Amino acid sequence: MRNSQRSQKIAFSLLFSATLLIVVPVGLIIVLIIQKGIPAIDWQFLTDIPRKGMREGGIFPAIVGTLYLVAGAIVFSLPIGLLAAIYLSEYAKDNALNRIIKLAIVNLAGVPSVVYGLFGLAMFVVFFKFGASILSGSLTLGIMILPIIITASREALESVPYSFREVSLSLGASKWQTIRHIVLPNAIPGILTGTILGIGRAAGETAPILFTVAAFYLPKLPKSIFDQAMALPYHLYVISTQVPNVDEKIRYGTALVLLVLVLFMNLIAIVIRYQFRKRKKW
Amino acid sequence: MVKISVKNLNIWFDSTQALKDVSLDIYANEILSIIGPANSGKTTFLRTLNRLNELERQFRMEGAVDYDGVDIHSLDTQILRKKTGMVFALPLPLPLSIFDNVAYGSRMHGIKDKKILLEIVEKALKEAYLWDEVKDRLSTSAFKLSGGQQQRLCIARTLAVGPEVILFDEPCSGLDPISTAKVEQAMILLKETYTIVLVTNNVKQAARVGTRTAFFLSGEMVEIDKTERIFTAPADDRTNDYIEGKFG
Repeated sequence: MRNSQRSQKIAFSLLFSATLLIVVPVGLIIVLIIQKGIPAIDWQFLTDIPRKGMREGGIFPAIVGTLYLVAGAIVFSLPIGLLAAIYLSEYAKDNALNRIIKLAIVNLAGVPSVVYGLFGLAMFVVFFKFGASILSGSLTLGIMILPIIITASREALESVPYSFREVSLSLGASKWQTIRHIVLPNAIPGILTGTILGIGRAAGETAPILFTVAAFYLPKLPKSIFDQAMALPYHLYVISTQVPNVDEKIRYGTALVLLVLVLFMNLIAIVIRYQFRKRKKW
Repeated sequence: MVKISVKNLNIWFDSTQALKDVSLDIYANEILSIIGPANSGKTTFLRTLNRLNELERQFRMEGAVDYDGVDIHSLDTQILRKKTGMVFALPLPLPLSIFDNVAYGSRMHGIKDKKILLEIVEKALKEAYLWDEVKDRLSTSAFKLSGGQQQRLCIARTLAVGPEVILFDEPCSGLDPISTAKVEQAMILLKETYTIVLVTNNVKQAARVGTRTAFFLSGEMVEIDKTERIFTAPADDRTNDYIEGKFG
């Protein structure tokens, strides 16, 4: 009895300290970025173009560029990823080929982002002749987050109880009606979780946009999807390593804006997810 | 009149044989009860009639099932399932409102007119003895109902599609005695209009509602006869032992 109580305490402290170990660094990063970045944030910083070799002025073109890229990546990858996930979880037979395909998709999520960047350069910039453009960058980011969206969507679809499908089919509904009216509505929260992860990844990655879209310094807004654009993560990389004598607060300010932007986009998805979860009751 | 005729039905899941050479006829407007211990193949038999077994991987069948004289495999599955409704062992409302649950099948079959849907829903809920309890809250979630109400909702949902045959798969296994009595009462009245196949673990239930009773054991049909006969003078000793509770 004493022994089990002691091991209970040990287990608790181990689990608790592991959690603490994760939470503390994240908290510190956020506190540091806010503390050092806040002084840079003002209206001009958010709405002005960079000036004086990016040492002054604002980061507006980079904010706009990142928004365009993330939106483009989601517009491209969410429909395709969702359709593929529906096929894989609802229609594909359980054979060796399909198991390999599923495994490959899961593993694609672990491919380093610079590899996607090189792929995007070869495929979209050079082969399709889209050049370095928002289109190339969005497609590259979209391909990078496809595995995340497919995997999360598949899990969400498969977590809808099998009995719901049986009930629907037993009432004479077709397979597609069952998917459309029963499976899909109940999988939306999980699909949105995948989308949130995808948004965060697409907004934050530097390597995939390096060769496909990102402009070093472009003090104007893009006019079409065939234009180059600045983007926050690349801009942050540039002012931190490539341009000398950039004020520290501008660097941290940029990081803070990127953080808040991702948070804001996630918040939209979280609100939608919450609305759907309220309906889910089993 | 024979509604469904099953001839030499054999079913395997992977290499396990679930049903062995079962032949029986189901007559129109009767309640055929199927009794037997767990793993005797009762539910498998039931799910053959609306071709729900075929969703399982590794499913294989031999023999013939004729519906109104037509092989069920030459019928479109959606039409067959529309004609043979099913009520499952556990109350399984869809995550929708009460109204939308009952209207689900009709909507899937293309009925969009709100007035017609309302008529269908009201009629079905009345047939399932649920209308009075839910008429004021049709738009609330079906999960807010009690277990017994949910099961009657499932019956209403099945009726709303306009089936000819209703397959009940141990419909009262999760219900208390009072709810069970209500479901049984609904079944007896439904017999007038529908053909009912009732799989049940509850021998007494078969005695109460069944026109005829079939006894399944280890995938074989031991015997089938009028319910009074099965319960008073069964032809096979195993039937007698099971009914008297010597095994189960």
